[in-house]
Amino acid sequence: MTAAPPRGSALRRLWTSEDARRGFACVVGGLVLAVMTGPEGSSTAPTSGFTGSLFHARVIGFIVFGLVLWGLITVRRRYATQVRAFSDKVTAAPRRLLPDKRVRAVVYLAVLAFAIAYPATLNSFWQEVLVDQIGVYVLLAIGLNVVVGYAGLLDLGYIAFFAIGAYSAAYWTGALPIHPPFHLNPFYAIPLAIIAAMLAGVVLGAPTLRLRGDYLAIVTLGFGEIIQIVATNLQGVTGGAQGVIGIPHFSIHLLGIHYAWGINSLPYYYLLLGFVVLVLFAFHFLENSRVGRAWVAIREDEVAAESSGINVLKYKVMAFAIGASTSGFAGMLEASKISFVEPADLTVQLSILILVLVIFGGMGSLPGAVVGAAVLQWLPQYLRVHPLLGFQQQDIYIYLGALLVVMMIFRPEGIIPSRRRKREIGLAEHGVGHADALSGQSGPVA
Amino acid sequence: MCFTQNFWNLVVSGLADGFLYALIAIGYTLVYGVLQLINFAHSEVFMSGGFASYFILNAAIGTSQPHGIGSLAFLALGTVGGGLGGALVAFLLERVAYRPLRRRNAPRLAFLISAIGASYFIYNIAGKEFGRNALEIPSPFTNGPVFSIFGATVQTYYVVIAVSAVIMLVLVDRVVAMTRLGKGIRAVAQDAETASLMGVNIDRVISQTFIIGGILGGAAGFLFGLNAGVVYTMGFTPALKAFTAAVLGGIGNIRGAMIGGLLLGIVENLGVACTQASWRDVVAFGILVLVLLVRPTGILGEQLGRAA
Repeated sequence: MTAAPPRGSALRRLWTSEDARRGFACVVGGLVLAVMTGPEGSSTAPTSGFTGSLFHARVIGFIVFGLVLWGLITVRRRYATQVRAFSDKVTAAPRRLLPDKRVRAVVYLAVLAFAIAYPATLNSFWQEVLVDQIGVYVLLAIGLNVVVGYAGLLDLGYIAFFAIGAYSAAYWTGALPIHPPFHLNPFYAIPLAIIAAMLAGVVLGAPTLRLRGDYLAIVTLGFGEIIQIVATNLQGVTGGAQGVIGIPHFSIHLLGIHYAWGINSLPYYYLLLGFVVLVLFAFHFLENSRVGRAWVAIREDEVAAESSGINVLKYKVMAFAIGASTSGFAGMLEASKISFVEPADLTVQLSILILVLVIFGGMGSLPGAVVGAAVLQWLPQYLRVHPLLGFQQQDIYIYLGALLVVMMIFRPEGIIPSRRRKREIGLAEHGVGHADALSGQSGPVA
Repeated sequence: MCFTQNFWNLVVSGLADGFLYALIAIGYTLVYGVLQLINFAHSEVFMSGGFASYFILNAAIGTSQPHGIGSLAFLALGTVGGGLGGALVAFLLERVAYRPLRRRNAPRLAFLISAIGASYFIYNIAGKEFGRNALEIPSPFTNGPVFSIFGATVQTYYVVIAVSAVIMLVLVDRVVAMTRLGKGIRAVAQDAETASLMGVNIDRVISQTFIIGGILGGAAGFLFGLNAGVVYTMGFTPALKAFTAAVLGGIGNIRGAMIGGLLLGIVENLGVACTQASWRDVVAFGILVLVLLVRPTGILGEQLGRAA
């Protein structure tokens, strides 16, 4: 297909010109943004949202925005080499320094020091956000990162394991209608919650991971729904739709030290921070261990991995179960923090949200998962307090959905990509390897 | 047994559900055939069809109560309107969420994620724009018993679903089997690269495949909405079940999707008779997991290329 000079009418020439198409896409994008940020429609006047956002003076602003975007893209394309040279020059120093282990250690220590010192200066609202909205989700994102990022599997029912963790915490501490043989302090319930979630992961993963990878996505999606329905319907076991109340807070009674975590968020923040750092270390070593290398091999080329003697199914199940247990752990912590679990909170939407956090940060990148989760969970809270462009909390999934599509088109490796993952995606696009474990053993090699 | 008492009633309502599942499942199966991908956003195609038919029928019927020929005309209008709405969304979906990735030869994970993103975007923006309460489609006919079979009364609504679904299913089967377009779809499903070497315009075939799936899915959205109303979240559960149906029949296989849909509808309704209505979805997903464990290739096997 050589680029023959476009023929036909002026309109057709315009349509086939790349520049014009890009401009059209930018303007349409601006209009979509206008609708996204526009007023709400209502059930009695179902089109008022559209008319309110498209036949209003502010739509001009969005069209201008689209045109400016187009201009920027066009300029950037025209001066691509100069832009590349400039960005190389700017990022030269960090790129030279960052691989240095000592520099990294200093950066991480600085971040940790900030994470320890800064929250104490915040007011109680932001401290609560820091635990309930950010900390728990950072932990969840790190866990899902193992499944999606390391092993290249798609888990859409991730919150189901969170539920299992939360409900086992409720069970072992005696908050459920059915009682355990003995009541435990939440600290001792942690391993039991983790084991319960991990077992669920193995039971669900072992049969489905044999199949084509995208079946896992749909089975986990169904599983997420089932867990929610079961938690709602089994009144006698789970407390039903009203949820469970009275899950005790953490407390220590050891060697004469007595300390109890209360309703204050800050102590929970430090507990959570400690666990997150622990999990980060564990996953970092896991990534660079024999297991981590097996995951890399599987997602890059499953057939080659299998023929090199890697037990593909075992490592896939392992990744799935490790992710599940992290989710269960997070569920356990959150249940004890707010001393409450409710089935209505455990939606599939939440699973998707965590997926967005991982994708946004960068699949397979631990700093990416942490930063992605922190930024995306902080931003809506910030916008809720300081509304911009009429942002409304219930619209959050519109923005997240659009973000997923845009990320996949323009930056599939995320904002802080893992170098290896970025290279894999690039290679896969040139026909080498897969960059995920979705083709499966029985799947067509297309 | 728990379901013997109302057996034929359950079968009739199961068939009605099953026809809807079959219509939606065709969309999954066709796209799976040409792209080897699960189109996660198909639920939103279904939802858009429901909303499109709502707007059209609301404008056309208003508060009048049609009967006779009028009923038929409005039903046809609703089905066509729903189909067009679904087709439009499916077409745009392919353009925005799939084609740029396909151009780049992106990994499969990227497609799934982009489709999930599109799905969330579409249904939440529908919720924002059209309100978050269910809207009732003005009924083109008055529902009532038509005839009875084995002691089971068949409502007008069931007849409407069965007749329109059978027409559409037969049409799509014949289109894929006999037309030039169908030949293109089957060629791409068998081997996209070779098909393109033989002069098949892959982009166009994929687009048209999405449109066919969209028409059926959108029409199903209308038929579903007639009874349940349309709401922005309506797509999720029926689409997940339709996917189950597609897997049950053998994904990629058109007749498999039809059989799978009908079977799933009946089994689900019989299963609910043994438990409670609130366990309905658990029954369906249980079937999905069971099928994947026992026979992951489905009843008829996976073969769009050789279908018909």
